[in-house]
Amino acid sequence: MVRRIAGISVSLSLLVMGQALAQDIERGREVFQYWCAPCHDDGEARPGTVALQILYSGEKPALLEERTDLLPEYTKTIVRTGISIMPFYRKTEISDADLDALAAYLAP
Amino acid sequence: MPILPPGINETDFSAALGQFAETVGTNWVFTSDEDVALYRDAYSPFWGSDEEKLASAAVAPESVEEVQQIVRIANRYRIPLYPISTGKNYGYGGSAPVHSGSVVVDLKRMNRVLEIDERNATCLVEPGVSYFDLYNAIQEKGAKLWIDCPDPGWGSPIGNALDHGLGYTIGHFRDHFGSHCGMEVVLPNGEVLRTGPGGVPGSKTWQQYQYAFGPQLDGIFSQSNFGIVTKMGFWLAPEPEAFREDTVAVYNHDDLIPLVDVTSYLTNSSISNGLPGLGSPLLQAIGTSWGGPDSDPEHIALLQTSDRPALERYGREKNIPYWTCNIKTYGPKEVIDAQWAHAREKFASSIPGATFTEGEKLEFPLTYEQGEEYQQGRIAGGRVDFGIPNLSIFQIISRTPWNPNPKFGHYYFSPIIPKTGEAIFEASRVFTEAHDQLGLPRPPQGITSLPALYYQRSAMLLMALQVTRNIEVDQKNRSAFKELVKIAAEHGWGEYRTPPAFQDDVMNAYSFGNNALRRFNETIKDAIDPNGIISPGKSGIWPKNMRGA
Repeated sequence: MVRRIAGISVSLSLLVMGQALAQDIERGREVFQYWCAPCHDDGEARPGTVALQILYSGEKPALLEERTDLLPEYTKTIVRTGISIMPFYRKTEISDADLDALAAYLAP
Repeated sequence: MPILPPGINETDFSAALGQFAETVGTNWVFTSDEDVALYRDAYSPFWGSDEEKLASAAVAPESVEEVQQIVRIANRYRIPLYPISTGKNYGYGGSAPVHSGSVVVDLKRMNRVLEIDERNATCLVEPGVSYFDLYNAIQEKGAKLWIDCPDPGWGSPIGNALDHGLGYTIGHFRDHFGSHCGMEVVLPNGEVLRTGPGGVPGSKTWQQYQYAFGPQLDGIFSQSNFGIVTKMGFWLAPEPEAFREDTVAVYNHDDLIPLVDVTSYLTNSSISNGLPGLGSPLLQAIGTSWGGPDSDPEHIALLQTSDRPALERYGREKNIPYWTCNIKTYGPKEVIDAQWAHAREKFASSIPGATFTEGEKLEFPLTYEQGEEYQQGRIAGGRVDFGIPNLSIFQIISRTPWNPNPKFGHYYFSPIIPKTGEAIFEASRVFTEAHDQLGLPRPPQGITSLPALYYQRSAMLLMALQVTRNIEVDQKNRSAFKELVKIAAEHGWGEYRTPPAFQDDVMNAYSFGNNALRRFNETIKDAIDPNGIISPGKSGIWPKNMRGA
C-alpha cells in the first residue's frame, strides 16, 4: 500500500516536473521570439542568421532553433558575454529565469 | 568588486546601496562583478583600456516614486547616477556612464505603454518601452497608427528622442524629439515636473499641445543631465493609404546642386513627404541604390584619376548615373501619383538629361510577406520606411559576404552640414583629405559619404569608425575622431550627437561667445543639481565640483 502510494506520488511528481519543463520551454520560445528572432529568425535580413551561414558554411544550421548542439551553459554564456557584434544582455532585459528557459528551449 | 564612485568611501557607498535595495528590492540592485559588467558599453571605443568608462553598480526602479527615492539617496551620499532607458544606444554610447564610477539607473523595468489615443494619434510611454513594444501595443490594440522608428528597433522612443535620434517615415515624425509632446521629469532634487499642459493638474491635453505657459523647457532635458525623464508623449502618424518610391538619376557631377535644391523644394513644400535618399552609382558611394560594386577595369581606372569629364562621359555611355535620389511619398493613392508627377516635372525642368525610374506602389496595411520582401532587397531602410521595427541594420557591421571578418561594433562621427550640393562637395573634399591625413580608411572614389537627409532643412554626414578591441588601434581611432571634430568646427559644422568618449570635444566645438553655450549649461547644472549627481559629464556638462578635473 505504501509502495503504491509512493508510486502514485512519483508519477505525480514526474507529471508536475514535465508540466514545469513544458512551461519553461514555452517561456523559452517566447524569450527567443522577443529577444533573439529579430537577428536569428529565418531570412536574408536577419544579421545573426546570415553571419552564421557564412561562419559555418553549412556544417551547422544557421538557424539557432535548428541546432542540436546548443548546450544550456553555452547559450547562457553567449547571452551574458556577447559575441562578435552581438552585445550582451542585462538582467533587466533577460532575467536569469528567462535565460534558463531560453537555454532549455534551444538545448538538444 | 566593481570600482567605487570617485571621492566616495566604501562606508557611504555601501549605505547608499543598502538604501537603494530598500527602495527597489535587493534583486534590482546589481553590485557583483559579473552583473555590473553587463553595464559596459559593448561598442565602447575604450574597450579593455584603462580609460574605459565603467559603472560602480546599477539600480533598476519600477516606478517614478522609486526613481525619486533613488535621487534623494544619491543626494544624501553624493553618488553620481547615470540613467539609461533601454541601454541600446550603440554607436553613440550603450549603458555605460560618461563618468566612471556612476551608478547606472536602469529604467528598463519601467516598460509600460500608458496610453494610445487613436483619435488624436498620440501615445504616452515609459523609458523602458522599446520601439518593438510600442509597435506591438499598437498592433494589439488594432489602432491604425504608425510609429517612426530608427534602424534598430530595440531602442527606447524616450531614449532615442532625448538623444535627438531620427527615423524614416513621414516629414516631421522623423525628428523624434521634435515630434514628442509632454514630458515627466524627476528633477535632481527628487521633485517631479511635467512639461507642456501636463503642468496643469488633471490636464486633458498633455499629449496634444507642445507648449506650456511660460518658457518651453522640454529642450533642456534632451542630451543633458538636468533630470531623469520618466514619461514622454509622442505624436504618431495615422496609417497612410499608400506609398511610392521613385528614383531620379542625373549624369553630370554638378547636377548634384539642382538635384538637392529640387529635393529641398519638394520636402519643404510637403510635396514629397518621405525621406529622400541620395546615391552615386558612378562613385559607388555609400547610399547608392544602383547595385553592387562595378568590376569594369575601365571604370575602376577612371575612379582613380581626377579626370571628371572622362568619368561623366563613361557614366553617360554606360548609363550609370553620377547621382541619384530616391523620392518617397506617403498618402492617398491618387494624391501621391499626382505628387510624384509634379516632382518629376520639377526635376526634368531643372536638370536637363535627368532620367526617372518609377517604383512599385504599396498599399497599407502591408502583409507580413510584403514587409519581408521589401526588407530583403535592402541593408538599411526597408521596413523602417513603414514604421516596422527590426534589427536588420546590423548587417552593415555583422558578418556578411562583403564583410567576412567583422570587428566588434562601430561609432559615428556625424556632423550636420548645409543641405546644398555645394556644401556636400566641400564636406566631401574636407573629410576625404582629413581621412587621408589621419590614416582612416575611406572609399577610394573621392567622396567620403553622401549625407542623410533625415532633417528637413539640413544634411547629416555619418562616418563610422570601427571598434576593434585592439587597445592601440582604438586609441588611434579616438584621436582621429577628435581631430575630425576640430576640422568640422573649423568649417562651421557641429555634430548632432556623439558617444560619451567625445562629448567634451563636441561641446567644446560649440564655442561661440567664449563657450557661452557650455557655460550657460553649467550655470543651469549648478543651480538645479548642486551635488552634481545626475550624469556628470553628459554632453560635456560637468558639475562645479568636477569641472577641470
